[in-house]
Amino acid sequence: MMESPNLDRLAYLDCAASTPVRPIVLDAMMPYLTEQFGNPSGAHRLARSSRQAIDDAREVCASLLGFDPHGIVFTSGGTESDNLAIHGACGLSGVAACPATEHHAVLYPVQAHRGRIINVTPEGDVDLEHLEAVLDDEVAVLSVMLVNNESGRMIDLEPIAEVRDRLAPRALLHTDAVQAVNWMDIATTASRADLVSLSGHKFGAPKGVGVLAVRPHVNLTAQMQGGGQEAERRSGTHNTAGIVALGTALQCLHESREDQIRRLGLLSERLGERLVGAIPGCHETISKTHRAAGLLQLLIEDVESEALLVLLERSDVMASAAASCASGAMEPSHVLAAMGVDRVAAAGSLRLSIGWCTEDWEIDHAIQVVPKCVEQLRGSP
Amino acid sequence: MTRVLVAMSGGVDSAVTAALLQQEGHEVTGVTLKLWGGPQDKGCCSVSDVEDARRVAQQLNIDHFVFNYGDAFDKHVVQPYVDAHALGLTPNPCIECNRHIKFDVLLDRARRLDFDALATGHHARIIETEAGLRIARGVDQTKDQSYVLYMIAEDDLSTLKFPVGEMTKTKVREIASQLNLRSASKPDSQDVCFITASEGRARFLSERLDLHPAEIIDKEGTNLGAVEAVELVTIGQRKGLDLGGNSSRTYAVDVDVPSRRVVVGSARDLLSRTVPLTDHVWAGVPHVGPIEAQISAHSSQAPAHLNSDGSMRWLETHRKVAPGQAVVFYQNDTVVGGATAC
Repeated sequence: MMESPNLDRLAYLDCAASTPVRPIVLDAMMPYLTEQFGNPSGAHRLARSSRQAIDDAREVCASLLGFDPHGIVFTSGGTESDNLAIHGACGLSGVAACPATEHHAVLYPVQAHRGRIINVTPEGDVDLEHLEAVLDDEVAVLSVMLVNNESGRMIDLEPIAEVRDRLAPRALLHTDAVQAVNWMDIATTASRADLVSLSGHKFGAPKGVGVLAVRPHVNLTAQMQGGGQEAERRSGTHNTAGIVALGTALQCLHESREDQIRRLGLLSERLGERLVGAIPGCHETISKTHRAAGLLQLLIEDVESEALLVLLERSDVMASAAASCASGAMEPSHVLAAMGVDRVAAAGSLRLSIGWCTEDWEIDHAIQVVPKCVEQLRGSP
Repeated sequence: MTRVLVAMSGGVDSAVTAALLQQEGHEVTGVTLKLWGGPQDKGCCSVSDVEDARRVAQQLNIDHFVFNYGDAFDKHVVQPYVDAHALGLTPNPCIECNRHIKFDVLLDRARRLDFDALATGHHARIIETEAGLRIARGVDQTKDQSYVLYMIAEDDLSTLKFPVGEMTKTKVREIASQLNLRSASKPDSQDVCFITASEGRARFLSERLDLHPAEIIDKEGTNLGAVEAVELVTIGQRKGLDLGGNSSRTYAVDVDVPSRRVVVGSARDLLSRTVPLTDHVWAGVPHVGPIEAQISAHSSQAPAHLNSDGSMRWLETHRKVAPGQAVVFYQNDTVVGGATAC
């Protein structure tokens, strides 16, 4: 089998894909993988201690996200949360709507409900005029992500909620906050949302756990039926350790977010400026005022990111381009296409995303390595 | 030790290619090409094939990447395949994929990524002759794929490796079994990877092309029946021609798409001596004189003479070559060039 990577010398710039579990989170979850293994739906002491750990995490999530504890539904991750929000809000007959730049975990469920796809501006913001044209009484759920996972574009939900209130007051507003949680206070920025999705592994919890936060007035049709866990909204034995981890990680994030945004924002800004300065024909997809602090996407002319990533990896820089498909191949980015970037230009996209684990030297290393790799690819073979 | 990129389709030949090169001491990296986004059977580049290739790479402990050449494949292989049918030609998409994808954009990328060589699982050999490097038939004559490689430029051969061309398919499977590779007993791939068996060529083309009915006539011009789609008729074809109970020993001997006519005749009418050719590719200098010619991936070779005007004359009468088909020229087992029948 492959050797484990030596993290000390890898510049890991792919935090939007996943982050390592924080040590404090691992410590918190460990007892629930070992001695505290009781099924939280049971009646005995071991079950009750698991249940209490889950309810503690539920309160943390509720308070930090600005929701009622009864509205916290633990899921298996961001994709399940998004699917539960869209399918659950639409039921059998509702119509769903979302911008063309949503993650496929939103886009595909929306399309399954006679989806109305909203245009975005060349800067990746929601085209409010088109939103007005699309919304009417038939729409049961409108889903708009707070921070785009590919471009890092931040979207203000307030004007969107205002259009919703005016033209489709019965439509629920869902937001995929999977990336956003690292870069903004969700209780504030998603205060107008009826449903909010989170994924644990994007902020220091393990893969396989997520949250859908739900306002009290929302009726959701369950997508998983069985033991009736999560107030009949998501059956299935609780992932106790994962849920404890998610609560702990969210608490850590909350306490460190402002410092993190300041520190990582400077690093990301320096990375962007230096690379744009060093590589001819390279620019940031989204200007720094509109992008999340640690999520930098570059468009590099005359380079195919598929090949660039191979060279970067050889120089110990782990990055990504656009979304990957099930085969592992890079797909042409639907996000960049929706923003009007042509396919050839979009093939040169590079996403450098940082997070709680990022150290300064990793940025310096990337600043050294990326221009060299681009030059090598552009040169004659 | 050299750094070798191995194109791994998910099948057994390319898996063993990677294993052999690794055993020889090369630094091997695997790559699977995602070429076609549409529906597939078990053709190349489906998700399960990528998984098989990845698993083999894991078993060999080598790096594995997936490159998406979907746009290039569409432009250089699928669309020309459709366009050729619109003109009544009989194209070979595997040859175009080799010409434009594997031995062009992939080879270029391999060089840019500092690989010293690109290897594939083709059953063919690269041999040294006095005139330089040449492609020769693989050791397993029943699996030989030199026919679909004739277009590779001589200058590129020094960068290429076809290690399984040196052995029989049985040996390839034996090696795969010994190494317990996932693809050891995987069946050989089909002919056209982007057309599913359930969909079929006719339906694939009908979704991308206006198909036209045509009359079937004999050499004298007598109407004998009709076909639903003249674009789907190939010279030499017997099945699917509705002749209203006429002789079953009747073949399409000429297909005229613009005037919507298929001329049928006897097996004798199908015979010809001279094959007009275009788009010649030569291994080294252009060749005139006696050669052996092969006109499809699985047919055997026959003696012919290459004329100075670029055409070819069979030594004995031969079934007519459908325009669009590749004709590959051999001397002994060595490829000396190839061209397209017109």
